[in-house]
Amino acid sequence: MSPALELFAQLTVNGIAVGAIYALVAMGVVLIHKATEVLNFAHGDLLVLSAFSAWALIAGAGMPFWLVLPLVAAGLGVLAYGMDALIVRRIAGQPQFAGVMLTIALAFMLRGLVQMIFGTDSQSYDTPWTGGSVQLFGVTIADLSLVIMAVVFLIAALLWVFFRKTRLGIAMQAASQNQLAAHLNGVRVKRLNSLVWALAGVTAAIAGIFLAPLTLVDTALWLITLKALAAIVLGGFGSLPGAVLGGILIGLIEQYAGVYLPDGFKDIAAYLVLIVVLILKPNGLMGDAHGRRV
Amino acid sequence: MRFDYHTRYRQGFALLKHPADWVNYGVLLAALLVVPLVASNYFVGELSYVLILCVASLGLMTLSGFTGQISLGHASFVAIGAYGHAWLLAHGVPFILALPLAALISAGAGLVVGIPAIRVSGLYLAMVTLAFSIVVEQVIGMWRGVTGGFMGMLVETPSIAGISLGSPKVFYYLCLLVVVLVLLALANLLRSGIGRAFTGVRDSEAAAYALGIEVKRMKVGAFGLSAGITGLAGALMAHHIGYLTPDAFTLLLSLDLVLMVVIGGMGSLRGAILGAVLISMLPNGVALLKDVLPQSMARQSGLEIFVAGAVLAFFVLFEPTGLNGRWMKIRALLENFPLYRRDTFRRQKAYMKSERNR
Amino acid sequence: MTGAVLELDQVALHFGGLAAISDLSISVKAGEVLAVIGPNGAGKTSMLNLVTRVFDASKGRIAFKGQDISRLPRARIAHLGIARTFQNIELFDAATVLDNLLLGRHRFGGGVWWRQVLRTPALTRLEEAHRAKAEEVIEFLDLSPWRNARVAGLPYGVRKVVELGRALCSEPEILFLDEPASGLNPEETRDLAFWIDDIRSDLGITVVMIEHDMSLVNAVADRVVCMAQGRVLAQGSAAEVQSHPDVIAAYLGT
Repeated sequence: MSPALELFAQLTVNGIAVGAIYALVAMGVVLIHKATEVLNFAHGDLLVLSAFSAWALIAGAGMPFWLVLPLVAAGLGVLAYGMDALIVRRIAGQPQFAGVMLTIALAFMLRGLVQMIFGTDSQSYDTPWTGGSVQLFGVTIADLSLVIMAVVFLIAALLWVFFRKTRLGIAMQAASQNQLAAHLNGVRVKRLNSLVWALAGVTAAIAGIFLAPLTLVDTALWLITLKALAAIVLGGFGSLPGAVLGGILIGLIEQYAGVYLPDGFKDIAAYLVLIVVLILKPNGLMGDAHGRRV
Repeated sequence: MRFDYHTRYRQGFALLKHPADWVNYGVLLAALLVVPLVASNYFVGELSYVLILCVASLGLMTLSGFTGQISLGHASFVAIGAYGHAWLLAHGVPFILALPLAALISAGAGLVVGIPAIRVSGLYLAMVTLAFSIVVEQVIGMWRGVTGGFMGMLVETPSIAGISLGSPKVFYYLCLLVVVLVLLALANLLRSGIGRAFTGVRDSEAAAYALGIEVKRMKVGAFGLSAGITGLAGALMAHHIGYLTPDAFTLLLSLDLVLMVVIGGMGSLRGAILGAVLISMLPNGVALLKDVLPQSMARQSGLEIFVAGAVLAFFVLFEPTGLNGRWMKIRALLENFPLYRRDTFRRQKAYMKSERNR
Repeated sequence: MTGAVLELDQVALHFGGLAAISDLSISVKAGEVLAVIGPNGAGKTSMLNLVTRVFDASKGRIAFKGQDISRLPRARIAHLGIARTFQNIELFDAATVLDNLLLGRHRFGGGVWWRQVLRTPALTRLEEAHRAKAEEVIEFLDLSPWRNARVAGLPYGVRKVVELGRALCSEPEILFLDEPASGLNPEETRDLAFWIDDIRSDLGITVVMIEHDMSLVNAVADRVVCMAQGRVLAQGSAAEVQSHPDVIAAYLGT
């Protein structure tokens, strides 16, 4: 393989690996948005909280990774359920803006709590795959990246099955289409919304636990929410497959921009994409058009 | 109880409707004018900062409160105003010209950002502005020739008619003058045709079109106006900071501004001022709180951001009309004392009002 | 046809493959009250949305006083003297009744922007003139108890009247009412009938109303057009249309 092609292949693999994380975060945000029309700005801080918790349990308490993963995921699920049941649920029926504000407020509180409990220093911890890598057709892939990709696609598949095949998943879909109608058909919409939050909390936890070893355990990790927003917009607001596709596309665009475009573009590529897509195709690449009736 | 007995239409839309208002606002202004004569330089400097935030908050209120367009990236306009102003000063433009020019540059940027507002609204617009502010932050960092990049840029200390602005007290009076002028201009504009058209666009686009309001022009114009005012605040901010770096204008400043307008109360100029005052006093309040708290909690740095979040959550949940709404309720209670009904301000509840198809 | 103030000539409206309106020709005479009736989904509101440029007509010509308006910008329509109300009230909820009415005056201008910023004496006089006109409408529709109340807190019936008042403030030549009586009680509907009559005879405004309430239609309409499936099914006097076999069939769905 020529060096140029090799570089391209390497970038593509890296892009998919990073994009898989974006996809996972984006799925969490889309889940909540579809069910409750709340755009959860606190999602990134749930992720930060899970990363710090995992660090405290692995590096601090010396627990094995396999025990920490389900523990933190369950903890975050319960926390997210509680956040909806106790706080976010109260603003149902108010303008969208209230939801944005409330989740920003929750994000601030979570961030403050994380800093108070764990301090402001960056941390790191090891996973069973840290340091290992495989060579494939001249492309180097870190073991951790492979695991992440596998995990993300597994979760995407599980969610797909969940929403297509299980009673609870179908009820959630129904509620997201029309809350009142679902309520009248005996679906307990409020409890269902809280369960969606819990589900999103679990995905945030998994994203946080796997992302942190790639970078650092740091409060700045919440910024990934913004990248996920770009992914969601690109994938056409409110569809899970769209979120996955968008996430991977953003990952790829960032990697390519870092090498093929001038210095500095890598950091803003995702945001430029978001702006351009929203201006040119306000409904995203895969979204459907809606008009408002008068 | 206060009764309005109007004999001419112009009494109905007077800026200050009651004699008592003249007294109250007069006393407030007089107090603000006297402060530098009695207070320390440090205190006056802090007060100037509050006034600057008031201007920025008024700028965002014009956009979010009156035309209903959410911006989560207003720090970028503060930055553009600050850098534009500093650059103009460095290139020999006199202060008195540089200040309005900086506002104009920022307004120009606002018009450009406003163009997406024609196509997208609500959450989508919030995301566009958010993305824009991150892009601006990076561009400032990269554009070394003009902005000094991440190394920063020194702001010159100019003088007007031989009086140096380096003195905190002179600077304070300048800030006060700007706040009063901006407030008067906005109050006038918002009780006239343009202001009504703004609220029309906010409350129902369909009806606004049907009444002949150029909705798109109003939206973009509001963006320009808002960015211009915010840029003016940025230009003043440049002098307050003295040395500009990109990390002075991050997302956190944008969110602080949003906090101000939400906590102050959407759609009210008084709310913008109240919000700015409360948010800028929050760090001081938290510092006081730390003295009371046990050592282990007090030394943590997260407390401030936690309190900011808690205050915001409190207002969203329990007082969506903000400080201004609370103020109106208290005033109504005092004025109508024995006759006050709890339900006067009760809002109607909707089960689920979908905004998906707006 | 002589005296036609508004003419729709073979207008069609397609959404993708779906035809909401096909080959629709209606002409409205100056000074009449025309009622448009028809079953749900007949395209009545779509017709109104075509005239007020919410939608682009797929084909055909819409002429207002001889001028083709089917390609004008949406905000220009009000400036020609065409006003409308909405089926699901579209008021400016956070504003007062008075501000809503003053917004109706928008097409007559609010003064140059810098005059507004400085609030010059000339601007104050202009505002007073607008206010005086709004007060006339308040008088006409008995809205004075609600003048300074916020719209959001008003009863449904009052909000309907405010919306009518806002349209009247723009001093239109032709006024479209989209189901003005829906949700009103019989008493309010009776008031509405008197007002529509006065709007036509005292203010000289041509009225086109889309309405299901046949008692209101019988009381005020000079002429009735019945639409079904995007076409005109029948037109004529209220009695003629109601006894037309196609109309009966359309309502009974046979």
